[in-house]
Amino acid sequence: MMHTFLLENRAMWMRWYARMRRDLFSLVATLLQPVLWLVLFGSSLQNMVRGTVPGGDYLSFMTAAAFVMTVFNGGLNGGLELMFDRESGFFDRLLATPMHRVSFVTGRFSFVLAVTVAQGLLIIATAYILGVRYATGLAGIALTLVVGGLLGAAVTTVSIILAFVLRHHGQFFSIIAIVSLPVLFLSSALAPLDAMPGWLAAVARLNPLTHAIEAIRTLVIVGWDAGVLLQMGGLLAGVDALLLWLAARVLRRRLA
Amino acid sequence: MDAIVVENIVKRFGSVEALRGVSFRVRRGEIFGLLGPNGAGKTTLIRTLLGLLRPAEGRVRIFDMDLERHPEAVHRFVGWVPQERAMDPFLTGRENLLFVAGLHHIPAREARDRVDGLLELVELTGAADRITRGYSGGMRRRLQLAMGLVHRPKVLLLDEPSLGLDVQTRRRMWWLIEKLRAGGTTVLITTHYLDEADALCDRVAIIEQGEIRGLDTPDALKQRYGGPPLLVLEWGEPGAHGRRQLIDSLKALPGVREVAERAGGVWVRGDDVVAVTRAVLAECERWGVTPARLSVRQPTLDDVFLAMTGASLKESTEEMSA
Repeated sequence: MMHTFLLENRAMWMRWYARMRRDLFSLVATLLQPVLWLVLFGSSLQNMVRGTVPGGDYLSFMTAAAFVMTVFNGGLNGGLELMFDRESGFFDRLLATPMHRVSFVTGRFSFVLAVTVAQGLLIIATAYILGVRYATGLAGIALTLVVGGLLGAAVTTVSIILAFVLRHHGQFFSIIAIVSLPVLFLSSALAPLDAMPGWLAAVARLNPLTHAIEAIRTLVIVGWDAGVLLQMGGLLAGVDALLLWLAARVLRRRLA
Repeated sequence: MDAIVVENIVKRFGSVEALRGVSFRVRRGEIFGLLGPNGAGKTTLIRTLLGLLRPAEGRVRIFDMDLERHPEAVHRFVGWVPQERAMDPFLTGRENLLFVAGLHHIPAREARDRVDGLLELVELTGAADRITRGYSGGMRRRLQLAMGLVHRPKVLLLDEPSLGLDVQTRRRMWWLIEKLRAGGTTVLITTHYLDEADALCDRVAIIEQGEIRGLDTPDALKQRYGGPPLLVLEWGEPGAHGRRQLIDSLKALPGVREVAERAGGVWVRGDDVVAVTRAVLAECERWGVTPARLSVRQPTLDDVFLAMTGASLKESTEEMSA
């Protein structure tokens, strides 16, 4: 059972990897946006906001946001391919194999998660080149990837649920277009929570993106603050658990 | 033991009855055809055999395993070549095959060997490492065939194997299917092409509006339902002298069942084709008509279809695609 499950997921990975290799453009394009935020937005506001953000350096402040954005974008698009498979009939073709149906989802989920976290690492490298130094060093970077994984899991799960719930990919694109920016602005990505109007900060505190950003920002700027890290990590894990439960419910019906 | 036993399958979509009590058996090692116009229920039937659709009534057995109780029987015994473009267009032919092999739990090393063999079988070795998006229709069909064979199924279900292929490519497809059967594979194809059913299938079930109307070898079907052979008389040179009289007298001949005027000639159908031919030639002489050509046309599956359903398959198919 475990062996066949791994063989199936290996086949899925092979498929997604082969496609990614041929579509490096998309891979670069998803990275480009956060890098631009970091390089242009971060640099342009660098002098203006000096001293008004925690840590005093806006680029350091923005690093967490750029990382989280990368994971968010990658994860949100992650389910789209499964939707295309359903639309084209390829999914049905796969159902005529002895594949565990859940492998269709786990293969994609794990692949997207791995790719988005790797992309996040590239963002951290870019920030390093721009002079950003982690207060917690390499261990902090490693922990950042873990936090990215927790957030990526949540976003990818949402994306996969959408792939099975929506009727066609047009709806999928609409939702991505509607949701992306507000979710970003309703987080602490661009401004610290303390600097936001009360209502905005209240909403932002419920946003999983904020949890990931606050945890990573602490690792970059402040250092090993166990209180913040545990709290934010716990919140993210809670969101993950909730979404995975929801996904299990939805998929049990859709994959049956 | 038969390869596939279908017993009284009923499938409804809402208030529409797509299959109304379909029963048949596919024998081991035969090429069995489901012939019918688009919308007759062929694809619904295939999807039911694959366990992708659940019938409201009836049951399916594949190599003596009940599909409801043993859905894994499909994965073990059945290969499927669907109608749609069921492959990843961004993968190469080889990658598509390796992917499906993985989903069938074939270990990597063995999968590589099998895939090499399959690529050779379907003559895609040269194109194996090209993205399938650039494949021609015939290449896609062949790759799909190979994808359905990765796990060495005992039964192959082919949904419209030559849909949209040119004549030459169809012939190659048929040759491949014959070759598989020669190797011991049982083949079930759906088709709305009469010549395909005729040329390829050992036995044919005629399906229309969710019901099997007849089932036998193509020859037996034609003999039983196709009516007597048709005498086709072509006028040839211009000039209508005596033709009117000829046609009227043909209609009065004993043993003649049907006389139909066609552009450029006349069709005569009678019980005894030899006697009718003699009589027709005598009448031609009598009225001074010299036909350019006289030929006997054996009944086709279309005649069978017409006799069974009251509609020509050619016409009903054209209607559907129009």
